[in-house]
Order: sequence, then structure tokens, then C-alpha cells
Amino acid sequence: MDYVIEMLNIRKEFPGIVANDHVTLQLKKGEIHALLGENGAGKSTLMNVLFGLYQPEQGEIRVNGKKVNITSPSVANDLGIGMVHQHFMLVDTFSVTENIVLGQEPTSGTSINLKKAEKDVREISERYGLAVNSRAKIADISVGMQQRVEILKTLYRGADILIFDEPTAVLTPQEIKELSHIMKALIKEGKSIILITHKLKEIMDICDRVTVIRKGKGIGTVNVRDTSTNELANLMVGREVVFKTEKSPAQPKENVLEISALAVSDSRGVQAVRGLDLSVRAGEIVGIAGVDGNGQSELIEAITGLRRSESGSIKLNGKEISNLKPRKITESGVGHIPQDRHKHGLVLDFPIGENMVLQSYYQSPFSKRGILDFKEIYKKASALIQEFDVRTPSEHTPARALSGGNQQKAIIGREVDRDPDLLIAAQPTRGLDVGAIEFIHRRLIEQRDKGKAVLLISFELDEILNVSDRIAVIYEGKIVAVVDPKATTEQELGLLMAGSRQAEAGEETDV
Amino acid sequence: MLALIISSTIMAAAPLIFTALGGVFSERSGVVNIGLEGLMVIGAFSAIVFNLAAADALGAATPWVAILVAMAIGGIFSLLHGLASITFRADQVVSGVAINFLALGLALFLVKKIYGKGQTETILMNIRKVDIPFLSDIPVIGKLFFTNVSYVAYAAILLSFVVWYVLFKTPFGLRLRAVGEHPMAADTMGINVTMMRYIGVFLSGVLGGAGGAVYAQSLTLNFSHLTITGQGFMALAAMIFGKWNPLGAMGAALFFGFAQSLSISASQIPFLENVPSVFLLIAPYVLTILALAGFIGRADAPKALGDPYIKGKR
Amino acid sequence: MSNRMMNILIPVFSVVLGLLAGAVIMLLSGFDPLAGYAALWRGALGDSYYVGETLRQMTPYIFAGLAVAFAFRTGLFNIGVEGQLLVGWIVAVWIGLAFDLPKMVHLPLAIIGAAVAGALWAFIPGLLKAKLRVHEVIVTIMMNYIALHASNYFVRYVLSDRKDSTERVSESASLKSPFFESITDYSTLHNGIFLAFAGAAIMWFILEKTKTGFELRSVGFNQHASEYAGMNVSRNIIMSMVISGAFAGLAGAMEGLGTFGYASIRSGFSGVGFDGIAVALLGGNTAIGVLLSAFLFGGLKVGALVMPEANVPKELVEIVIAFIIFFVASSYMIKWLIARFKKGVK
Repeated sequence: MDYVIEMLNIRKEFPGIVANDHVTLQLKKGEIHALLGENGAGKSTLMNVLFGLYQPEQGEIRVNGKKVNITSPSVANDLGIGMVHQHFMLVDTFSVTENIVLGQEPTSGTSINLKKAEKDVREISERYGLAVNSRAKIADISVGMQQRVEILKTLYRGADILIFDEPTAVLTPQEIKELSHIMKALIKEGKSIILITHKLKEIMDICDRVTVIRKGKGIGTVNVRDTSTNELANLMVGREVVFKTEKSPAQPKENVLEISALAVSDSRGVQAVRGLDLSVRAGEIVGIAGVDGNGQSELIEAITGLRRSESGSIKLNGKEISNLKPRKITESGVGHIPQDRHKHGLVLDFPIGENMVLQSYYQSPFSKRGILDFKEIYKKASALIQEFDVRTPSEHTPARALSGGNQQKAIIGREVDRDPDLLIAAQPTRGLDVGAIEFIHRRLIEQRDKGKAVLLISFELDEILNVSDRIAVIYEGKIVAVVDPKATTEQELGLLMAGSRQAEAGEETDV
Repeated sequence: MLALIISSTIMAAAPLIFTALGGVFSERSGVVNIGLEGLMVIGAFSAIVFNLAAADALGAATPWVAILVAMAIGGIFSLLHGLASITFRADQVVSGVAINFLALGLALFLVKKIYGKGQTETILMNIRKVDIPFLSDIPVIGKLFFTNVSYVAYAAILLSFVVWYVLFKTPFGLRLRAVGEHPMAADTMGINVTMMRYIGVFLSGVLGGAGGAVYAQSLTLNFSHLTITGQGFMALAAMIFGKWNPLGAMGAALFFGFAQSLSISASQIPFLENVPSVFLLIAPYVLTILALAGFIGRADAPKALGDPYIKGKR
Repeated sequence: MSNRMMNILIPVFSVVLGLLAGAVIMLLSGFDPLAGYAALWRGALGDSYYVGETLRQMTPYIFAGLAVAFAFRTGLFNIGVEGQLLVGWIVAVWIGLAFDLPKMVHLPLAIIGAAVAGALWAFIPGLLKAKLRVHEVIVTIMMNYIALHASNYFVRYVLSDRKDSTERVSESASLKSPFFESITDYSTLHNGIFLAFAGAAIMWFILEKTKTGFELRSVGFNQHASEYAGMNVSRNIIMSMVISGAFAGLAGAMEGLGTFGYASIRSGFSGVGFDGIAVALLGGNTAIGVLLSAFLFGGLKVGALVMPEANVPKELVEIVIAFIIFFVASSYMIKWLIARFKKGVK
């Protein structure tokens, strides 16, 4: 058989966990091969082994039939293996060309021959149809172009085998389509591709074969032609998966959150939210669909008081809350599950118990005249830990030591326990496994059914379609459409998210 | 008078320039170097000891050879900072503090061991001030800039341009900066992050050693616990003031040198004679703080400055 | 191995390794390490006088260590303890000289004045960090030099008539203790030691027991999460620096009102502020740890003065201290060594 890459019985351990346990993956020449698994199943670890960032404890790797020892990324490069990383490996302050040639710079004398470098970059980009502005700084170009730079980096090094790590996570549906064209063009040029993903649809659309891993173990390899999304899902999770979350129809009541003509600038001073209108009613979940970077973060930060709004109004239960101190807003009934739980949700070095009171430590009974009562704090913490099924050795364990799912459960427990009228959940399931995702979705719906208003922000269309009662599409800082999840399609949402005007979309469905 | 101020400005700035350029290499590679002070101490110590020992044999060439010796020893000494902060992932600031302690302790310990007292003799072969041939004959400019100066001062200024070229025009510079901005990206491009950082730190030791050697051999002329008192930190300030750019660092060092020479000669300048010297003494530090506060433009440090690089960390 | 165990083992290992490194250096330089360390021991704890001197040296070390540790715990590196100490020293001496008050008022006033001066000196870098995101390390280093030059100016032109040092502070503002003098054979040990222990207790209480301490620690670990939780990050950064600076100012008061009783022109830094970094690091940035390591470093510093009796230059102690800092900072290496050692035993 004609395998370009064979990873046989790879085992990789980290302190305390086995990330890969006898996983085998064989890549044929000229195929797009998916590596499917849940978040945390060990996909990235396996690929980092192939790319030389990790050394496996057991198993062997063969490239074109020859046994190799990939000790560093440069060895991988020499073997023709290139990786397009999920978190782009680009130096922000460098130009596109500098990033591409870094490490293999053409020189004249002692200095870099920038002219030749730019010419080389142009040649490759034309050959594969990857348009980039070779002189622009990375910090100034779009995410889509940054990804093309990542691909160009591998091609410049003459890679024949390309690994794409979750490449669609940051792209619009249109950009995703473009990416699949690029991949097919690469195959035509004789390249072979490994696509790491947990999205079943992508696999069905563009892949030839798929290798599934679950909890670090290799489950097997199947032909895409011979399988279905359902079968793949079962292989990935290890049990029947319900795609639709069960929920009764919403019973919306009065407006809890009312935003009108809101304008907010981002950290660079550019207006990111421009005249945005939105309302969320008691007893409904409003999902905000949009591509990352269209003002979602700034919107949440303005509602929660972390960023100043320049104009417009934000009303909670009829009372103006814009530009109040974060604590005031929290106290007036807003709960917030932040997008980045490590950065914003938890103090990782604090015990999980103290994290449970991060929003209420200053209130009685936890604090009296400035002195903390740790007995009360831990009493509360253990109650919440039990109620929200946070798996931890003890409430004194540092939050850092908990799994992502349990950290997220702890945050949700903390926020829900304060009984806020408005719960903001930003990417609440990012990076979690299916079990934790289901748990979190159920909790959000439970809040809704208790008559609370829930605002859900997510880049995963599936999640938005599944959980929301109404969907508001955000594009360039404005809500461009509000649609009914039952009456819309991913295609339509994709178009709206990409900024195609309402009128065009409106022809397909009535909004 | 003006000629005197200019020549003493350049003389005072030269050691700062060398050391600040060293700092640029280290910090551009992502390693904070608060140990510049200690590196200067080691440089000053080795230069003076070598100078005293070799003056008879080498004659007028002594101070120049002594600078080379100080560079080599400074470079080796700085590897300790590299070892702690790169390999052992120590807090880079703390490791730099330790370097400063160690340098002074070790140098004085050895001075006592070698000479049996707390300070060395005064060197006889120092870096002399000269009139630079031809250039000093240019009318006006020659008198102002090229009379009564030392070659080493102009070497320092020239070196800033060389360092600028190396950092911004050569593959080595691109890689060094990449390592300081985004080490993981550099690693995936086959660049040896650890090696680049060691080189950056080593060069800071080499240049810091040179700075100390120049300072001791042109200004203090012996070595004691009072030889290097804050020049390293001043060089650090110059580097930051200069926004981690070699030419900026040189400009800042010249400016600090100017402030220093003013504080010494102020009493002879009609306009400044009534200003208490304390204001001129603290001027470089106050200005650095103001510069940092953004009144003189914001400076962005290399992104990965201070972060140890742990391979494969997610 | 438990975390707590590691927290104790790492400093102990570091001290042992630091002393070993010192011994190697003595050997290489042709000195007798045993005689050297014997002299060190004599000079630190050999008789009541030396014990008194060690405790006296420990006093400013405790405050300087607390200052560094307090800032560390809230995520800030206060390298400016030295400068804050100097301004505290000057202000304490100034108050001690300028007024004629009963001791009940004068001494507390001078001590509080020093704390306030140190706090104000630290307020500037705190403010710049909080409002403009300027790195506190660089600002505090610069502030050290400003303090050095400014305090020299004050000694010469304000607190004395163009002399190199001031008069002694009046009796009513002095920390001197006849009792300690009598039981320690006229060492310079003074009443400041009580204040230092009280300071350690205060730091422990603030950080571990109060709402403010909770916020400070939270901001220290994760500013973003603290902001999300409604804490005022800027105010906490400033407060942390101010409290740290107050401790540093108190260290200055110990020198100005106790050990020396006057202020003088200095050609360089006192070193106590920088030693405070070592004290805090070795003490794991905890109150009790600072007490223990201040005792160790106090002993090393004082004992070093007797080392020349064994022909060893006193600077050896600086080298040992530097190595101890290296080893504590490189705890990754020590953890690795301990892990190796444990494997080897199995």
C-alpha cells in the first residue's frame, strides 16, 4: 500500500494522563484524511508528535515507508511535513513575507534578500491561488488571510504533507468553502492532507477517509463513502448522541435587556459596535450568531461594564446600566459566563472553593467588617460543588487542577446561584466534551424556563441553532437580522454573518 | 566650553551605549536582563585586573586587549543568567538580581584574594583622549566633535549602526526577534529557541563586559565597590528609552551622558550655575520615567519578554 | 510530593546548595571552608553580642522582606524597596531632629512619617502601573536613584549645614533600648525588632484574613478575572504598592531611629532593600517565611564580618546569597533534582 505517513501504535503520556494510547493513523498519498475526536481526545497531541513538538513513548512513525525519528519541527519540515496551526504561529509585528521565509531566508551577502523573498512568496501564492498582501503586517490583515499565510509557510518549505488543525474554527462559512477549494487544489498538486476536526459535516464534505480517536484511544479508520454522520458521531463519543437538545417552546415575557443605538470602541480605538439594537426577554434564549471579531466581545464587555460605551443605552429591567461599575451591574442582576474561562472566569491559583465566591466574597455572611469568614465561604462552596456536580478532590484544590468541563460547571454554578435576571453565556462550551456540553445546554434552558433572560454568544452555528429561541446575527458591530431558528438554515445564517444584505437573504425566507 | 561638554558627553555615553546594545540583544530574544549592572561590574573588574597584570608586557595596547578579555569573561558570566532563566525557567528579573549580587560579591572577593585589600591599584595604561587625525582638522566640527575624544566612543556609536543592521537586516536578526516575539512560532519554523536566547544573553554579557571595561579604564581607572554604581541600570534605562532599538538606545545613552556631563560642569556654565546639581543628577531617571509614562511616545517591549519557553506547552 | 512539602524543601535545599557553592569557591581560592564557616557561625551566634547584632540586622530585613513579599503576592515586583527605605530613613531622621515632643508622641510620629514617606515613594510606580501600564520594575529602579540623590541632597543642605551626616535624632525619637544593650553586651539591637514582628503579623492578617487581602491576592494571580469579578484592579495595584512602600519606609525608620540614629551622605545604596528581595524569595513570600529567612540573612551578613579572622573575605557571603537566590528562582531545577533523587531511592 502507498502510505506517505504511517503512525503506528503511538503512545504519549503526560504527567497523570495518557494522551495517546496505541493510536494508528495511515495517510495515503493524495487523500484528505480526517482525524476526528472530541475536544481533549488527543488529536492535537498526536499531530504534535508527528510534527516533532512531542516525542512519543512508544510506537513508530514511517514516512514513505521509511522509519523516522522526528525530534523537532525542523526535522518534520525536512521530511516534508507542514502544519497549519489552530492558533496561528505568526509574529504579529512582522510582515507576511518575513513570516513566510523566517528560518529559511534567501540572502544576498549577509543580509536578507527581501526582493527575492517577496518574489518567491508571490510565485507560490499564485500557483496555489492563495492571495496575500506580501508586505502587510500580520497584525493588520484578516483572519482568513492569516490562515493563508500559515498555509504558504508550509508550502514555502516544500511540504508535501499538510496538517490542518481545526482550520475552520475561526472562519466564516464562505471562508470555509474557499478553504475547501484550496485543499482540493493542493491535492491536485500532489499534496496529502490530514484534517483535524470535530465537525462531522466538514468530514462528509471534503474528506476521503477518517480516523477516529476517543479518550486517547484509536477507534479505527473508515471510508467516508461508507459511513454517515450518525455513525461517526457514535464512534467519536462512544454512545448514541442526541443532536437536538430537548426543550419546550419558550414563554417569553417582558423585556429584561434592552439595548439601543449602542456604540463601543475596541482597544485600538476603532469602533467595534456601531449603533447596535437588541432586546432579550424574560424566559427566552437569544443567540448571537456571527464570525469572531464582529463586535461580540465589545458588546458583552459593554453590557457587563468592563468597557465604556460611547453612546446609546443599555437598560436592564428598564433601568439604565451603561457605564456603571462592573460590580454595580452584577449586583443589579447580571450573571456572566465569560468567553475565556481561564483568563476571565477563574483565578486558577485560588482553591476552587474561593473561586465559587469570587463575585460575592465581600457580602455577608462571607465578609463581616472587612474580615473574611472562610467557614461560611467553604460551606457555600461545597453546596454549589455538589449541586452542579463539579468533580474535584476537594474544595481546597486549586482551580487549575480541574478539567475544563468541571471548571466551566463551577463558573455556571457561581453565576446561576446569584439568581441573575440576565445570564450572559459567551462560548460556554468551547473546548468541552459532549457530556459537558449537554450539561451546560440543559442548565441554560433551565434558567430560561425559570423565567430568566439568557444571552448566548457562540461561534458554533450548531450550538446557536440548537439552543436559541431567537437568533440575532451580528455583522460589523450591528445586529443585521433577527431570525427564528426553526425557520432558518445554516446557509442563510452564513450569508447573513458574512454581511450579505438583508434584502438578498430575505428572498429566501421571510424574516 | 561646548567642545568640553560634547567630548565628556560622548565619553560618558560610550560605556552606556555598549551595555545598552547588549541589553537590546538579550531582551529582543525575550530574556529580561536586569543583570546588566552585574555584567558591567564583571567587565570592569576583569579589565582592570588584566590591565594591571599585562601592562608591562603589552604597553599601549593593554587597554584594548583588556576590553577583549572583559568581553570574553562577561560573555561567559552571563551564561549563568542564561542557564537560570532559559534552562531552569527561573524568573528572569530575579535571576538578574542574583547576577548583580554575584558579580559584585565575586569581584570584590577576588580583589581581596588577589590584592589583599578592598580596591586595586590605579591602572597606568588607560584609554586616552586623543585628537582624531584628519577629522579634528575640519573647521568647527573637528574642534567640537573630534578633539580630545577617545576612539572607543566612536566605536560605540559605529557599533550601534552595526547592531541595527544585524537586528533588522540579517536572517540572524529576524530569527532573534521572532524568538522574542513568538517563540513557539519560531520553534515551528525550525529555529532553535533556546540557542537563540542563549546567544542573545551571551551577547549582552559580551557587550556589558565591554561597557564595564570601557568605563573602568577611561573614567575610574581602578576597581573597588564604587566603580560601577548604577551605570548598568542607566544602560537598561537607555535601552527602554530607546524602545529596544539600537539607534534609539544610542541616542538615549548620549542624552544621559549629556545630563551627566552637565551635572559635573554645570557650575561653570552661567545659565546653569544656580541649578542644584541634584536636579541634573536625577534628570536621566526622571526622564526615563516620563518616557515610560508615554509622554515621549509609547514603547512596546518584545511580546514574549520575560516568558520562559516551554516546548509544547498548550 | 505535596505542595506544602515542596515549599519547605526548596528553600532548605537552596540554602544548603548556596553554602556548598560558597565552600567550593573557598576551596578553589585556597581558603579553608570549615574555618571560614566556623568564623561565620561565631560571628552570627557566637555570643550574646553577636546574637544581638544578628537580631538587629534581622530587623530591617524583616521589613524589607515583607515589602518585597507583599508586592510579590499581589503580582508586583517592587525592586524599589531600597529607594523607599532611603526616603523613609530621611523622613524619620528629619522628624527625629526637627521636633521636641514627649516620647509617646515623637517616636510614633517619626515611625509613621517614615512609613508614609515610603508609601508615597511607592505610590508613583503604583499609579503609573495602574493607570498607564508602565512596568513597575523599571520605574522602581529609576525611583531608587532619584531617592539616593535626593536624600544625599537633603542630608547635606536641609538636615545639616553642608555636612556629610546629620546630628543624632533626639532621645524622644530613638528606638534604642538600654535593656537590650545590657543583655547583649552593648550590641546595637533596638526595640524595632518588636515592630518588625508586629509587621509580619499584620501582613499575614491582611493577606490571609481580610476582604482587602483576598482582592489583592486575586488581582495578583489574575487581573482579568478580578476585573470580571468587579474588583477595582487599579486601586488594588496602587494599594499593594503603597502598603509595600510603607513596609519599606519602616525598614528605613529602623535604620534611622534605631541602628544608626542619624542619616548620612551615601555613595551607594544601603543594600538592605535588595537583600529584601532575597529574604522574600527564600521565605516563599509568606510572613513566617520572611521572619525565618530574615534571621538567616541577618546572621550571614553579621557573621561575615568575622570571616576575615579565618582569612576569608566577607564578600563570600554575598556570593552565597546570590547563589541562594539563583537556586530558589530555579526551583524547576530543584524539583527536578528531588524527583530524580526519589526515583533513585526507589
